[in-house]
Amino acid sequence: MRIEISTETLYSDFVKKVEAISEQTLISCYQCGKCSAGCPMCFAMDLLPSQIIRLAQLGLEDDIAKANTIWICASCITCSVRCPKGVDLARVMEALRLITSRKNIDQVQIPEIPKETIAQLPQVAMVGGFRKLTA
Amino acid sequence: MERIGVFVCHCKLMAYMDTGTVVEAISKKPDVVHAAAYEDLCLAPGLEQVKDTIKNEKLDGVLITSCSPVLHQEVLRQAVTAAGLEAHQMQAVDIRSQNGVKENTERAIEAISSALDKLKASLPPVRTKVPITKKVLVIGGGIAGIRASLDIADGGYEVILVERTHSIGGHMIQYSETFPTLDCPQCIETPLMTDTGQHDNITIYAYSEIEEVTGSIGKFKVKIRRKAAYVDWDKCNGCLMCIEKCPPRVLSEYERYLDMPKRQAHRRAIWVPHAQAVPMRPIIDKDHCLYFTKGKCRVCEQACPSKAIDFTQQESFVEIEVGAIVVASGFDLMPKSAIKEYELDKDILEGIEFERILCPAGPTAGKVIRPSDGREPKTVAFISCCGSRDPEHGVPYCSKVCCMYLVKMALLYMHAVHDGQTFIFYIDIRTTGKGYEEFVQRAVTEDNVLYLRGKVSKIFRDGDKIKVWGADTLTGKRIEMAVDLVVLGMAMLPSEGVKELADKLGIATDEHGFMVELHSKLRPMESSVPGIYLAGCCQGPKDIQDTVAQGGGAASKVLALFAQDEVILEEAAVR
Amino acid sequence: MSLSYYPGCTLKTKAKNAEDSAIAAMAALGIELVELPRWNCCGTVYSFAGDEELHQLAPVRNLIRVKETGGDRVATICSFCYNTLKRANLLVTSNPEKMHTINTFMEEEIDYEGDVEVVHLLEVLRDDIGWETIAEKVQVPLTGLKVAPYYGCTLLRPQEIAIDDVERPTIMHDLLKALGADVVDFPYATECCGSYQIISNPDYVSQRVWDILSSAMRRKADAIVLSCPLCDANLGQTQKELMQTHSEFKGIPILYFTQLLALALGLDPEICRLELNYVDPRPLLESKELLRQ
Ligand SMILES: Cc1cc2nc3c(=O)[nH]c(=O)nc-3n(C[C@H](O)[C@H](O)[C@H](O)COP(=O)(O)OP(=O)(O)OC[C@H]3O[C@@H](n4cnc5c(N)ncnc54)[C@H](O)[C@@H]3O)c2cc1C
Ligand code: SF4
Ligand code: SF4
Ligand code: SF4
Ligand code: SF4
Repeated sequence: MRIEISTETLYSDFVKKVEAISEQTLISCYQCGKCSAGCPMCFAMDLLPSQIIRLAQLGLEDDIAKANTIWICASCITCSVRCPKGVDLARVMEALRLITSRKNIDQVQIPEIPKETIAQLPQVAMVGGFRKLTA
Repeated sequence: MERIGVFVCHCKLMAYMDTGTVVEAISKKPDVVHAAAYEDLCLAPGLEQVKDTIKNEKLDGVLITSCSPVLHQEVLRQAVTAAGLEAHQMQAVDIRSQNGVKENTERAIEAISSALDKLKASLPPVRTKVPITKKVLVIGGGIAGIRASLDIADGGYEVILVERTHSIGGHMIQYSETFPTLDCPQCIETPLMTDTGQHDNITIYAYSEIEEVTGSIGKFKVKIRRKAAYVDWDKCNGCLMCIEKCPPRVLSEYERYLDMPKRQAHRRAIWVPHAQAVPMRPIIDKDHCLYFTKGKCRVCEQACPSKAIDFTQQESFVEIEVGAIVVASGFDLMPKSAIKEYELDKDILEGIEFERILCPAGPTAGKVIRPSDGREPKTVAFISCCGSRDPEHGVPYCSKVCCMYLVKMALLYMHAVHDGQTFIFYIDIRTTGKGYEEFVQRAVTEDNVLYLRGKVSKIFRDGDKIKVWGADTLTGKRIEMAVDLVVLGMAMLPSEGVKELADKLGIATDEHGFMVELHSKLRPMESSVPGIYLAGCCQGPKDIQDTVAQGGGAASKVLALFAQDEVILEEAAVR
Repeated sequence: MSLSYYPGCTLKTKAKNAEDSAIAAMAALGIELVELPRWNCCGTVYSFAGDEELHQLAPVRNLIRVKETGGDRVATICSFCYNTLKRANLLVTSNPEKMHTINTFMEEEIDYEGDVEVVHLLEVLRDDIGWETIAEKVQVPLTGLKVAPYYGCTLLRPQEIAIDDVERPTIMHDLLKALGADVVDFPYATECCGSYQIISNPDYVSQRVWDILSSAMRRKADAIVLSCPLCDANLGQTQKELMQTHSEFKGIPILYFTQLLALALGLDPEICRLELNYVDPRPLLESKELLRQ
């Protein structure tokens, strides 16, 4: 496992896009791990939220894309309110999601959701879920 | 002034401006007869050039640009006065700025021009000679204040030591053992405390505070407020017979209000902080004394063989005059309640609380037990950086000693509970002192201290256990751990009331309340006011070694001052 | 006194029990909740992206509706609606450029100028009425009912829109105390239930819900009280499945704070629509003799 870090990866369009959409300075994260320690969904994530922002700092877009983390995130903002450095990680997660969804890639296939589920779930769940997980 | 010389220093720091343009612009100013750029004006050859030019050009005003006027003022002034000018005929001006060359150059010209105006307007200062009162006031009786007091007293001068609580010793005396050598404060600090108490040259005003300070270097007038102890300390002989019979049991501030099983850490209403207190004199806590609250009891009065109890005592004031002041008011810990995501619970302690439980002279005689149920904890988690390095919720700085004291306590705990296990959650391990890294490695390899890298997000009680949510960023795993006891490495803050104290002294504090030194590297013991010196944690977080070094350093400053008989006070003249 | 009120989609469908009890209880406290005319869905989740002004149109449009009624304050009951409206409002009031962009996007509407305040009903109870007044009006004190207030995410995060302390909120505790209940504090009170992940990762949501419910039960709660219809669905609907996976688990009722408020004020229990709750709370309430007519 070897990664390439260069000025190209560090200052890539990807990094710029994440920073622009999230309005966060990625490098202000000092990797304390508090976000991961408190993330309610991280039991189901293959990379921790703090690892995702680390990968983003380094411009390693593909590694982020391979992990399920951003799609498991529930936008609960716990990470953001506890971050000692004031990084709004929930917004970084959103930016990373949008970079994929804007390519018209969906994480939930709406037609595949069973009718009973749709009948059962409150609107707030469905609209919210579609907004966060589909294009 | 009609013959002004402008000396523009052109060392590498000034490479970001066009000194040629600066010199050209300044030489056109009225009364400027000489303007030129020089290399390294602050060094001897540069200073010689200044002296020569003053003489050759018959200058009556000198303006020197320099990268740090605060630092260079003194040498520049010496050079100018050696060439026959008065100090006020010289101005040093800082022209560093960090923009483009063009802007830097323009700013420099502006700065020099306004300095020229100031120079022309300057009058010879009014000088008065003040005889030095060769007595010193030391504020705070922690290890910093003790060291400074002893050194000055040994130098032959009188010391007045004012301590807010009713014994000197500061925080150090509360600890079990001290890193990195693991000597116990009861062995290494009490001799110093006793010396301080018995030294002919030292007067301790314990249970006292500074009320008012006026005057200046050489002659400060200080009013000390002695709080009412309700015990006549002159009559009292320290036998402590009064305490035994006193009925109320109260949580003790000296024991950090630890509420231990069987009230082991409680004190009485009349009390001394601990068995080695200096001075060994009790006070009555009016809020809990039965006589003060309910109107009857006076048991202590009957027990006292010296008739020292005095329920009518009032606070009193002492006025003294000193030539210098050493501030050694120390630190306090950020309260645990500041971190809202960590629950408040009897088994979630801060550092000093756990020191008390580990301490052989502490309330449990060194037996390690949990406050909640008196059981021996088998697993203990230590949490680093609680409130420190957290610009969003706490303080941005690193508190410097918690990495070391947490591992120290983990190790001491392991020495007491052999089948125990400790975990230290950390972000970075900061151990830069002599012998510190070795200490940590020993704890890891010999005492099974396990470091886990990640800041803890939440702590709460879960039945019999305390749950800790952390992470190990090294493996990329989240950790949920149930332990018996948690110790928080809370951030160090300046001691309570530091602002008021600083205001009374007229000295500067930084945004966190730490007292500001004149120069962080070169004049760390001097406050912003001449004659007032700083020692210990009041100036910033530090360990005992650094504290003691600074205490000794502040003492040497005072001794140097007292080696003279008078100071010359210069006051800017007003037109 | 009347107060403009934004129901949002879910309160009109799955969470009628929240709406009906709220309207009745507020009326009993002297405040008429007047539904906003022509309101539209706020979008439910606030968009975190810095470049998505379009998503802010829906919430801002609702604020314009408030202005049209001549009002300057709007209350919500659903925590998600509260969050979305409040944050959108904060975004435009703190960012004149964005306000301008959004106004130009909606030429058909009057300009929004940031002059509407968004509040949650709990804040109205605390700030407009006050716990003491509420306590005085209690007819059926909830004595002996051990309830754990569950705040979830959207009332408290981010910090800028929190209705109470982000980490140690007490607003719902205080309300329940005023109603005479035994309030159970539990460590998961502000933990996320998994939220909208219910549509894509229901298993993970069940795990979260189990952690939350079991934490409340370990601290001896008989019921959980909340304000969010999404939390309610997650905490309520998953229980059937959890009873299968955890044989010792017998279910725990989830109630809206508005339902307990209405009950305690002595209103007809019918109004609380307790039959709509995912886990029937009536046996519990009956056992505490709280369903008096
Ligand atoms: C839990 C813990 C463990 C530690 N363990 C170690 C260790 O093992 N080794 C080590 O090197 N360092 C250790 N340290 C650091 C050590 O405590 C400090 O370096 C040292 O105590 C600083 O001494 P001080 O005199 O500056 O301050 P303090 O000890 O705080 O003393 C200040 C004194 O001034 C008094 N005072 C305060 N304000 C006023 C006022 N306005 N008027 C009058 N008096 C006042 C106070 O009552 C106190 O007596 C530890 C720190 C903590 C928190
Ligand atoms: S909590 Fe903040 S600083 Fe710490 S790792 Fe997460 S994003 Fe980085
Ligand atoms: S916002 Fe996402 S990443 Fe952050 S704590 Fe919540 S679930 Fe985890
Ligand atoms: S009994 Fe009297 S002399 Fe003895 S310590 Fe108490 S006050 Fe002092
Ligand atoms: S000394 Fe260690 S524990 Fe303390 S603030 Fe610094 S890094 Fe954190």
